[in-house]
This record gives sequence, structure tokens and C-alpha cells, in this order.
Amino acid sequence: MRFLQLALASALAFTPATANAQSDSEMMFKNPSRLTQTEGKDIYGAICAGCHMPEGEGAVGAGKYPALANNETLEAAGYPIYVVIHGQRAMPPLGRVLNDEQIAAVVEYIRTNLGNNYTDPVTVEEVTESR
Amino acid sequence: MSSIEASMSRRQLLTMIGTAAGSAVMYNAMTTLGFAQASTYTGPIKLEGDPKGASVLILGAGLAGMTAALELRDAGYKVQVLEYREKAGGRCWTLRGGDKYVELGGAVQEVKFAEGNYINPGPWRIPHHHYGVLDYCKRLGVKLEPFMQVNHNAYLHHTEAFDGKPQRFREIASDYRGHVAELLAKVVNQDALDETVTPEDAELLLESLKTYGVLDENYAYVKSNETSEYRGWEKEPGGGVDGAPIPSETIGLAEILQSRLWTNLITGDSIDHQGTIFQPVGGMDMIAQGFEKQIGDLITYNAKVTKIDQNEDGVTVTYVDSNGGEAEQTASADYCICTIPFSILSQIEHNFSGEMTSVIDSMYYEGSVKFGLEFKRRFWEQDERIYGGITYTNLPISQISYPSTDYFSDGPGVLLGGYCWGATAYQFNALPPEERVARAVDYGAQIHPQYTEEFSNGVSVSWHRVPWVLGCYGIWRDKEAQYAAAAAMDGRTLMAGEHISYLPAWQEGAILSALDAVTRLHQHVVSA
Ligand SMILES: Cc1cc2nc3c(=O)[nH]c(=O)nc-3n(C[C@H](O)[C@H](O)[C@H](O)COP(=O)(O)OP(=O)(O)OC[C@H]3O[C@@H](n4cnc5c(N)ncnc54)[C@H](O)[C@@H]3O)c2cc1C
Ligand code: HEC
Repeated sequence: MRFLQLALASALAFTPATANAQSDSEMMFKNPSRLTQTEGKDIYGAICAGCHMPEGEGAVGAGKYPALANNETLEAAGYPIYVVIHGQRAMPPLGRVLNDEQIAAVVEYIRTNLGNNYTDPVTVEEVTESR
Repeated sequence: MSSIEASMSRRQLLTMIGTAAGSAVMYNAMTTLGFAQASTYTGPIKLEGDPKGASVLILGAGLAGMTAALELRDAGYKVQVLEYREKAGGRCWTLRGGDKYVELGGAVQEVKFAEGNYINPGPWRIPHHHYGVLDYCKRLGVKLEPFMQVNHNAYLHHTEAFDGKPQRFREIASDYRGHVAELLAKVVNQDALDETVTPEDAELLLESLKTYGVLDENYAYVKSNETSEYRGWEKEPGGGVDGAPIPSETIGLAEILQSRLWTNLITGDSIDHQGTIFQPVGGMDMIAQGFEKQIGDLITYNAKVTKIDQNEDGVTVTYVDSNGGEAEQTASADYCICTIPFSILSQIEHNFSGEMTSVIDSMYYEGSVKFGLEFKRRFWEQDERIYGGITYTNLPISQISYPSTDYFSDGPGVLLGGYCWGATAYQFNALPPEERVARAVDYGAQIHPQYTEEFSNGVSVSWHRVPWVLGCYGIWRDKEAQYAAAAAMDGRTLMAGEHISYLPAWQEGAILSALDAVTRLHQHVVSA
């Protein structure tokens, strides 16, 4: 089943990722195998918010998605960068659907929003090295 | 023909050959990895020997947990099942009018389908070779009916092809096959295969290509009564004065290649999707209900497991009320069969071995989103003569599946308005349910303009938001290296479920893993 999906995804991957930055929020579903948003806020809203929720408040059922709001583990950028690229336990690795620029942008976003205030910049190089 | 040749580039030809070769390569890979093999189910298990009063705690009342509960209870064990939800079945689940579903984040969907209509947000089809599921259906009295996978009258659709107009599956399938046969015949006739095919076989190959591709006496695929028998007619044969049919025009090879509509031509040919495929009459959860009738009395519902503690003497599991109670309760037994998805188990306190813990902690779950859309009438049947089956599209909804039941009925009908994966599923997961549904309706209207007028209500289940599984099915980081450790008895616990199988994302995998776990547990107990 997984093989079929992969085959399908690669077969559809010809759709060009036309980077059209004028309205990121309308850039949903532009490419079946990657996200195409470029702004940290929009990337957060298009993928992270689905699990961590729009305000980063997290969610609890039989399992849970941890809150990213007021989260002290974000102090060192290396940790969220690593988690986003490689995943961690129930969090899937997102390094295949987001490129280094997008990951730097979204990590910078969560570290400076959602009640967090870690203002040292996140560089694309850090992301590339963490791959 | 010559115009086709002229307009077809070498790259297109290579792509086409690559498609044929690629599918063979893919099939080999699938078979090697066990994906395409028939089930290893060999009939009802017999657990002979005295369990000597041994007790077993089963965590999770999905199909794995309930299979284990049924067989162990019948073999004489004392069984208790702890289940987070208010009902049994887990992913084997059906939504009907009157149901309420609250996803992670708190969004509530009240399903408004008419009486008798339903959507299966998870499992929806049972392949003919999933002997375990089929046998339990028989034993539990679950009625099955055929599920339509391939429908030649459904559509293939690509926004960039044929001006965005959906094409009937049969036209693309017949024309693609015809053109490929014609090209291959041409190669044979140019003696280009002399080194690979004997002259006798070359003759047979030509003869077979004529049959297979519906070629004419010159080995050409052309507009004719014969090809129209496969691709459909311009005017169907009728009776009386104007009964004579008019054959239809074929679509050129270049156009078909460039349309990419061939992408899904063989989707229904994989062993998991070949006919016959079944579905339970009335919804997939009829299987869950069948089990529940047998062993429902063993299940403690609304029990959220928060801790698993095992030692030399037994297993003690702590649980709280799923609806928010703080009060901890415990249940103990000699052994445990844990079917809680690893996504959730990784968040539960436990004292499994380091090896087991590392497998649990390394498994994440794939996302997937499904939509159930109800329309005021079955326009796909009434206007387009589509009875069951699947339309494929490059739109984010990826497919539309028409109901394989209650054909020709008046009144509202529910279809699967989308089924998506990957980056698309992530983005749908991030939208509130109403917006997901609204977009699915918008996209579907590009294939069926009737959507706009006829849409009544809808529901969408995004599996990363399902509170009791956090995804669709488990993804191994390194299955070859990790599988044995996950399947091994760890202290007094055995893991079971879809994830402990080589049939991931199939109910058969859940059942086979449970049967294997109870068999090994029983051997351990009677030989102790
Ligand atoms: C979108 C989708 C499509 C699918 N399509 C098909 C298909 O067409 N055909 C097919 O055969 N299969 C299909 N499957 C796969 C099938 O649904 C699964 O393989 C099977 O149902 C898994 O059964 P299980 O018992 O292993 O797990 P589950 O059914 O997930 O059971 C686990 C149980 O554990 C409970 N639980 C979780 N956490 C706790 C806790 N902390 N405490 C107590 N209980 C807990 C859950 O509530 C659940 O009831 C599909 C699945 C999905 C999601
Ligand atoms: C499919 C659901 C899902 C998505 C989508 C998702 N996460 Fe996660 N995330 C999780 C889960 C589950 C965990 C907890 C992992 C664990 O148990 O260690 C987590 C953990 C994290 C953590 C660690 C938090 C902590 O307190 O240790 C960070 C940081 C994080 N996610 C960031 C992100 C970002 C940024 C995105 C979007 C780019 C994202 N996540 C998308 C499910 C998700």
C-alpha cells in the first residue's frame, strides 16, 4: 500500500511548485508531495496547526499533541529544527515535505510567537546541518 | 498512425515504456516485501490445553484486541479489555446520521446523513484474499456485498488534460492498450525483437497483440465497430429503424500520454484491489458490532490507559475515565496483549524493555483524510450511469468513490468525496472540518457540476486528528531491523495490531497479528 502511494506521489510530482508568494494562505495543495508556503506563519498554519493547534495550545485525547505555546524546549533552535526534520515518536518527520528555508522560517515563527520570545535568528545553515 | 508517430517524442515513448517496466519492478518489490502476498490465515485457530485459570488484560478493543479477546475467552482464559472509546471497533468505524464525532482540537461534527446512508472513514474494502477477515465475518454473521473498485464508466480526470474535462475510464484504458499493442506490433514487424523472441513466438505475439489491443488486419488501432466494443460508441447500438451504432473516434497516443491519465489505469489491478472485493452491508463497523455481540461483556469502555507496569508476578494497568476523570483505577492480570497504537503507547508510562521502547518510540503514523458527502439525489447514477467504482483526479481530493450499495434508490446518497495522503493530507488536517468539506465540494464540482446544486451535508475525518490513534497506520523506520523485537514477548506482554504485521493499514494485518500473539501466549502458558 505504501509502495502504491509512493509511486503515485512520484507520478504526480511533475506538477511544478510554482512559487507564487503573493498570497501564501491561498497556496494550499499546490504540489501533492510538498508544501509550498514560504512565510513562517503560513507554514505553521498549513501543517503544524493541524496537530499543535492554531494557537499552539496542543490537544489531548487518548494520545496528545504537546503545546508549543509558552514552550521552554524551544529555547535552543536546534531542538525544534531536529524534531521537524526527523520527527520524534508520534510526530512524523517533515523534512521531506518542507525544505530548509521553510523549516528555518517556521521554527523562527514558533520561537517568536505563540507566547515564545526567543529572538536569536534561525539560519538555513543550521537546518541544512541538522539534516 | 504516421501522424501519431510524428507527434510522439522519444521521451514520451520512453516514459511509456518506463511505466510498463516500472509497474513490473514495483510488483516485484511489493511481492518481496510481502505486500502483495495472500493472507497466511489457515482457518480458525485451536488453542488446545488448559490455561490453568490464567488471566489476560487486553488493551484496545479494535479488531486486534477483540480477536484476541474472543479466542482467549473461548480457550478458557479470564479476559478483560480496556478501551478508550465508548464503543468497540477502533479504526473499523462507520459514521451514520445522528453520530457525533469530536476530533482533536475540539471541533464537533454532527453527521446529518439520511437514514441508511453512511461513510466508512477508515477501512472500506476487504480484498478476496484476506481470509482472516472474511472468516470472522462468516463466523460473526456479518453480511458482505461486493465493493466496486474498477468502474469503466467512472472517470479519469486531470486539470491540465482535455481542457479539464473528465474522461471515461474505458476510453483511456482501451486507447492506451490499443496504442501500446500497435507500437509493439510495429516493433515485431520491423524484426527488432529477433534477439529476444523466436520467430514462432513473434507470430504468436502478433496474434495476441491483435486480440489484446483490438488491432485491425494491418495491426493498427483505429476507429471501428470492434474498438468501440471496448471504448464505447459514438451512438450506442439500439433497436428498430435507427438501431445501427456509430463507432467512436479514438484518442491519439500523444494526447493520452501527455494527459497522464494512465497514472491510475492499473490501480485496481494490484492483488489488494482486484475483484472480488467486499464490504459489509450497512457499514464496516458491522464487523466491530459482530465482535461486540460476542465479547462486549468483557470490555470496559471509556477507560484511558495511562500506565502499564509489569513484573515477575503479572501486569498492572492504570487507567482513568476518558471523559476527563482524574481518579485512577487499576486492572491486573497474569499477561497483557497490548493493541494500543504505538503513536499513543509512546506517550504512556510503561516499563517495557529498552529494545521494545525504542521500537515504540520510533514509529510515527501516516496521515490520511476522507470525506463523506451527502447529495440530495444520486446524480452520478441518474445522470452519468456510474454505479459504484472510483473516479481518479489530480485534484487534492484525489478520488471520488460512488456507493457500492442501494443502487437506483431515490433520495439522498453519500459518496466518498476525497481520500488523500501526504502533503495534501497535512494541509487538510490543518483546516477546520467545515472548510475541509467545503473545499472537497468545490474540487468535486470540477468533475461533477451537479455538486453545486445537489450538495446537502458532509463530514470529514482527518486521521492525524483522531484522538485515539493519531494517524492512519504505523510507519516503521527500519522494519527489517526492528520487527522481531516488536513482535517478541516482552516480559508478560505481547504487542498486536495492524502495526505488528506485513499487511500495514489492512484489517487482515490486525487480525493475523492478534492470532499469532494469542497462539504464542497460549504456548507459553500451557508449557509453563
Ligand atoms: C483511512 C484508512 C483506510 C483504511 N482502509 C482499509 C481497508 O480498506 N481495508 C482494510 O482491511 N483495512 C483498512 N484500513 C486499516 C484498518 O483500519 C486497520 O488495520 C485496523 O482497523 C487496525 O486495527 P487494530 O486493532 O490494530 O487498531 P485499532 O482499530 O486502532 O484499535 C486500537 C484501539 O485502541 C484504543 N486505544 C488507543 N489508545 C488507548 C488508550 N490509551 N487506552 C485504551 N484504549 C486505547 C483505540 O480507541 C482503539 O479502539 C484503513 C485504515 C485507515 C485509517
Ligand atoms: C501529525 C501531527 C504533527 C504535526 C503535523 C506536527 N507535529 Fe510537532 N509534534 C507532534 C507530536 C505527537 C509531538 C510529541 C512528540 C514526542 O512525544 O516527543 C510533537 C512535538 C513537537 C515538538 C517538541 C515539543 C516538546 O515540548 O518537546 C516541536 C518543537 C514540534 N513538534 C514542532 C512542530 C512544528 C514546527 C510543526 C510544523 C512544521 C509540527 N510540529 C508539526 C505532532 C505533530
